[in-house]
Amino acid sequence: MMKINAPLQTLNVEKIRKDFPILLRKVNGKPLVYFDNAATSQTPQQVIDVIVDYYSNYNANIHRGVHTLSQEATDKYEHARDTIQRHFNAKHKHEIILTSGTTHGINLVASGFSSFLKKGDEVLVSALEHHSNIVPWQMLCERSGATLRVIPMNQEGELILSEYDKLLSDKTKLVFVNHISNALGTINPIEEIIKKAHNVGAAVLVDGAQACPHLKPDVQALDVDFYVTSAHKMCGPTGVGMLYGKEEWLKKLPPYQGGGEMIAEVTFEKTTYADLPHKFEAGTPNICGGIAFGAAVDYMNNIGFDAIAKYEHELLVYATQKLLDIHGLKIYGTAKNKTSVISFNLDGIHPYDIGTILDKMGIAVRTGHHCAQPIMDFYQIPGTVRASFAFYNTKEEIDKLVDGVKKAQRMLT
Amino acid sequence: MTIKEIQEDIVDEFSMFEDWEERYQYMIDLGKTLPLIDEQYKTKDNIIKGCQSKVWVHAKMNDEKVVFTADSDAIITKGIIAILIRVFSNQSPKDIIEADTTFIDDIGLKEHLSPTRANGLVSMIKQLKMYAIAYQTQLN
Repeated sequence: MMKINAPLQTLNVEKIRKDFPILLRKVNGKPLVYFDNAATSQTPQQVIDVIVDYYSNYNANIHRGVHTLSQEATDKYEHARDTIQRHFNAKHKHEIILTSGTTHGINLVASGFSSFLKKGDEVLVSALEHHSNIVPWQMLCERSGATLRVIPMNQEGELILSEYDKLLSDKTKLVFVNHISNALGTINPIEEIIKKAHNVGAAVLVDGAQACPHLKPDVQALDVDFYVTSAHKMCGPTGVGMLYGKEEWLKKLPPYQGGGEMIAEVTFEKTTYADLPHKFEAGTPNICGGIAFGAAVDYMNNIGFDAIAKYEHELLVYATQKLLDIHGLKIYGTAKNKTSVISFNLDGIHPYDIGTILDKMGIAVRTGHHCAQPIMDFYQIPGTVRASFAFYNTKEEIDKLVDGVKKAQRMLT
Repeated sequence: MTIKEIQEDIVDEFSMFEDWEERYQYMIDLGKTLPLIDEQYKTKDNIIKGCQSKVWVHAKMNDEKVVFTADSDAIITKGIIAILIRVFSNQSPKDIIEADTTFIDDIGLKEHLSPTRANGLVSMIKQLKMYAIAYQTQLN
């Protein structure tokens, strides 16, 4: 699953923090403590510089221009695609489709699959999904007459694989699961899920939005059919992401949107589509975003995913222990294999109230159902407070969170 | 008291607080102590769903004045509701329709009435005004 190339390094967090200008900000008069990384990560100066450089020096439309700026922009954009291909270890460069983000990638695949599915076919989704992962499949099933079935989870927030085994059959055409749950942080055993799906001839789409900030997926080793992610979760800008698809699948899928860039020849009688990846990249793409996405991937690789995973695990263990010391605090999502996300509630206190008090203390957390209402229904709670840590966070910041939660508890009870 | 006078009173009260903690503690205490709505009115029909917190609103007409009761599952939201009820309840439909809520900015709670906050409060104020419009139509 994780590709281990670089030698084990330890992080120089003090130095890393200097890369992120936003971490110097004050919020409500207090130094910002940013623990909403699972919603969006912060952007290092190295990536900001790339964005400024693009608009200052070579902003131009790509692929068709003969002039110098267009050529420079095209080269940088395609270089970013190379970087992303290497990072995910895709076999071919044209298997990397640059999208507007994870949701776009999911919809592209769901829309394509609607022409393959028929009544009686089944699509499996996990109980741990984000709304963006449920709705496109409901729409797909409505269109095609296929049935949507759900892989259930246990109290710890882990998928029950024995139930998954029972759901799999020759009717299963597609399995959809997130690599890591956004609400609970559970790392799903996707290798096993993929292997089992392939045994019955089903394709698998993995949502890697929450995984890519923490680990380095190898799409060939995983043998995954489709993998989607967003740049903004991994130090890149918003509005850009990636869909990886195996070549044979991408050739089979019909184009998602019509427009410029995606055509080879157009007459009023017939249009022939461009080759991969352009078949799926209609219109002017987010050029600057794509280039900055490549820079973000470089930035994170320079820090090293092994070192990131090790350090974030330390933060998770530290925060879990400290928070559990608070009387009446309950953590949701206690999977053995989880990433640096802690979803919790205080007994008798609404998460919104805790989030409001923490904000007054300069601490940014997420409150609510995290776009994963079925998970909240499972635990019968209105929502949780979610603190999610990145490699630029510190134990001192976790101490501030713990103090903040204690203060909120004092004020609210 | 008119709506304007009540709002001025509230702004005066809040000006005595020295920091956010005192302000919020006051709202939390308001939220804790006031019985805001009769349980029988906490129905599906009376619910305003925010993404973050839920709000229930009930209205009735009493002597040509609109009487509002409301509640929320989050206590800070409930504290703000208590303030809004104090301003809007027991007023004539016409005065409610014409009232504004800029006093909320003056007492440092502006962020809670942001449409993007999704705590149900903006929809709640809209709902109060809708009730007032409905009752005004009846009076005419």
